[in-house]
Amino acid sequence: MSFIVAENLVKQYGNGDATVSAISDISFQIESGEFIGIMGESGAGKSTLLSIMGAMNAPTSGNFMVDEIDVYSLRQEQRADFRREFLGFVFQSFHLLSYLTVAENVMLPLTTVKASRKQKRAMAEEALNNVGLNDKANRLPSRISGGEKERVAIARAIVNEPPVLLADEPTGNLDNKTKHKIMELLQKLNTRGVTIVMVTHSLQCAKYAQRILYVSDGLLVENG
Amino acid sequence: MTLKEIALKNLIRRKGKVAFILAGLVIGVCTVVTIISLVEAMTSDINKKLEKYGANILIVPKSEKLTLTYGGISLGGVAFEMEEIREKDLVRIKSIKNAANIAAVGPLVLGVINVDKHKVLLAGTDFKAIKILKPWWKVKGNLPIENEVILGDETARILNLRTGSFIEINGQKLRVSGVLQPTGSQDDQLIFSRLETAQSLLGKEGRISMAEVAALCTACPITEMVKQISDALPSAKVMAIQQVVKSRMETLSQFKKLSYGVSAIVILVGSLVVLVTMMGSVRERTKEIGIFRAIGFRKSHVVRIIFIETAIVSGFAGIMGYLLGLAATKIAVRFFTESQSVSIPINFELAGWAIVMAVLVGLVSSAYPALIAARLDPNEALRAL
Repeated sequence: MSFIVAENLVKQYGNGDATVSAISDISFQIESGEFIGIMGESGAGKSTLLSIMGAMNAPTSGNFMVDEIDVYSLRQEQRADFRREFLGFVFQSFHLLSYLTVAENVMLPLTTVKASRKQKRAMAEEALNNVGLNDKANRLPSRISGGEKERVAIARAIVNEPPVLLADEPTGNLDNKTKHKIMELLQKLNTRGVTIVMVTHSLQCAKYAQRILYVSDGLLVENG
Repeated sequence: MTLKEIALKNLIRRKGKVAFILAGLVIGVCTVVTIISLVEAMTSDINKKLEKYGANILIVPKSEKLTLTYGGISLGGVAFEMEEIREKDLVRIKSIKNAANIAAVGPLVLGVINVDKHKVLLAGTDFKAIKILKPWWKVKGNLPIENEVILGDETARILNLRTGSFIEINGQKLRVSGVLQPTGSQDDQLIFSRLETAQSLLGKEGRISMAEVAALCTACPITEMVKQISDALPSAKVMAIQQVVKSRMETLSQFKKLSYGVSAIVILVGSLVVLVTMMGSVRERTKEIGIFRAIGFRKSHVVRIIFIETAIVSGFAGIMGYLLGLAATKIAVRFFTESQSVSIPINFELAGWAIVMAVLVGLVSSAYPALIAARLDPNEALRAL
C-alpha cells in the first residue's frame, strides 16, 4: 500500500441548491519520499485538496490515508496529534508569530512535545541550520527578509521531523532568486526522505517536483 | 518553548488589553477588599466602644415584685424591700469560666439619707471599678477618699453645695471632694461615697444592693456569661444590657448586607470586562490560534494558553487590588468611624482570598472565550486571513 492514499475524495460546501463542489471524486496515491506538485487555476480546488491532506478539512465523502491511518476516522484531538507527528506546514504568507523570535517560532511545534528545553533548543538549531538561518535565531520576524521568513516557516515545518511536508505556494511572495533558493531547499529535504506535497502556480517551481497532480474544476485531470 | 512562555509573551505584547483586564479586576477586588476591611474595622471600632461603654451586665437581688417606675417616674406602691446581696458572694464571679472576659465588677450599696431636710439617695461604690464602668464620668474636683463624698450635679444644685463644702449624714460630717458633671442619668441626683463609707452610714456592712459588671464584648459571649454568673450567684438576678449592643450590631449587619450586594455587582462588572476583553482578544488572535491548531496544538492546549494568561493577569490584579483596597480602607475608615486610631493591619487571609477570588473570576469569565478559541476550525481560521 502506498504511503499516502486518497480515494474518491469529494468536498462540497453549502446545502441544497447552493451546494458548491470544491473537489469531485479525486483519487491518487503518493509514495514515501516523493516530491509532488499540485497545479491548477485559481479556484480549481488545490487549496481544498491540500487542507484535506493537512487533516484540517474533512471531505464530504471519500477516504484519505497516511501510513495506513484513516485520517478522518480519527477524533479531532487525535487529528491534532496526527498533524503534529506526521505533517509539517509551509504557508504562503509564512504565518510566523510576530511576538516570537525566529528560534521560538521554529520551536512552536515542539511546545506540546515532551522534551527538555535543551533538547528543543537543539532541535530548533538543527532545523535553522538546515535552512541556513542559524545566525538569525534571536531576531524577530519583522527584522528578517521575505525569503528568510519562508525559510523560517520551512524550519518550523521540519523541526519535529515529520515524514510529510505540505507547502501552499511557498514561493508565491518571493522574487525569482529567492524562489530558486527555497525550491533547492525543499529539494534537499526531499532527498533526505521527506515526502513533499506543494501547491504552486509556478511552472519554474513545478519543475522541482517529480510528479504533478493537475486539478481543474475540482477534478484531477492529470496525474504524472 | 512552553505554553506558559507563549502566554507570557502574548501578555507582554498586548499591554493595552492586559491593562484593561487588570483595571476591571483591580477595581473589583479593591472594592471588595475595601468594603470587607471597612466592615471589619467598623466592627472592631464598635466593639472597642462597647467595651468602653461600661457595664453590660447587671446583678440585682431576686424579687418576686414588679417595679412601678418608668422613665425615672415612680408611680409608688412598691417599697425597697429586697433581700440584699452579700458583698463577699461577689468573689464567686471571678471563678466563672469566662472570668478572663470580665473587665470590672462594681458593687453598689444604696440607701436613703436626710441632708438638710432633703431626702437623697446615697450610693456607695468602688471608684476603681467606676473608671471602667462609667468612663463618661467627669468629676469637678477629686474622687472621694474616706469621709468624703461627691455629689451629682442636680444634688449639688438643690442642696446648694460645692467642692470643699461639708455635709452631715447620720451625724457624721463628710467633705464634698467633687461634683459630678451632668450625665443625663439618675447619677445626677445621687450622693456617692466609697462603698465602706456608705455601708457604714447606712448600716449595711457587708451587704450590697446591686453590682454592675463590664465584660469585654469582642471575645465574650454575654448570654453565656450571664448564665455563668447566675449559677455562681443563685440568690441574685443577673441581666444583660443588650439593647445598645444589639441595635448597633443590627445596623452593622444591614450595612454588611448592603456592602456584600455592592461587592457582588462590582465583581460582576469586573467579570464582564474580562469576558468582553478576552472575546475581543480571541477574535484578534484567530490567525495565531489557527496556526497553533494547524501545527498540532490540541483544543486543551489553546484553552490552557488563555487560562494561563488570565490567571497571571488576575493573580496580579488580586495582589494589586488587595494593596489598593488596604490603602483605600485606611482613607475611608476616617469617614466611617469617629475614632482616628482604628488600625487596618495586613490581613493575609483576606489577601489570599482576594487573589483566589480574582483568579477565579478571571478564569470563569475567560472560560467562554477560551472555549470559542478552542473550537476555531484551523482550516477556517487560516482561510479567513
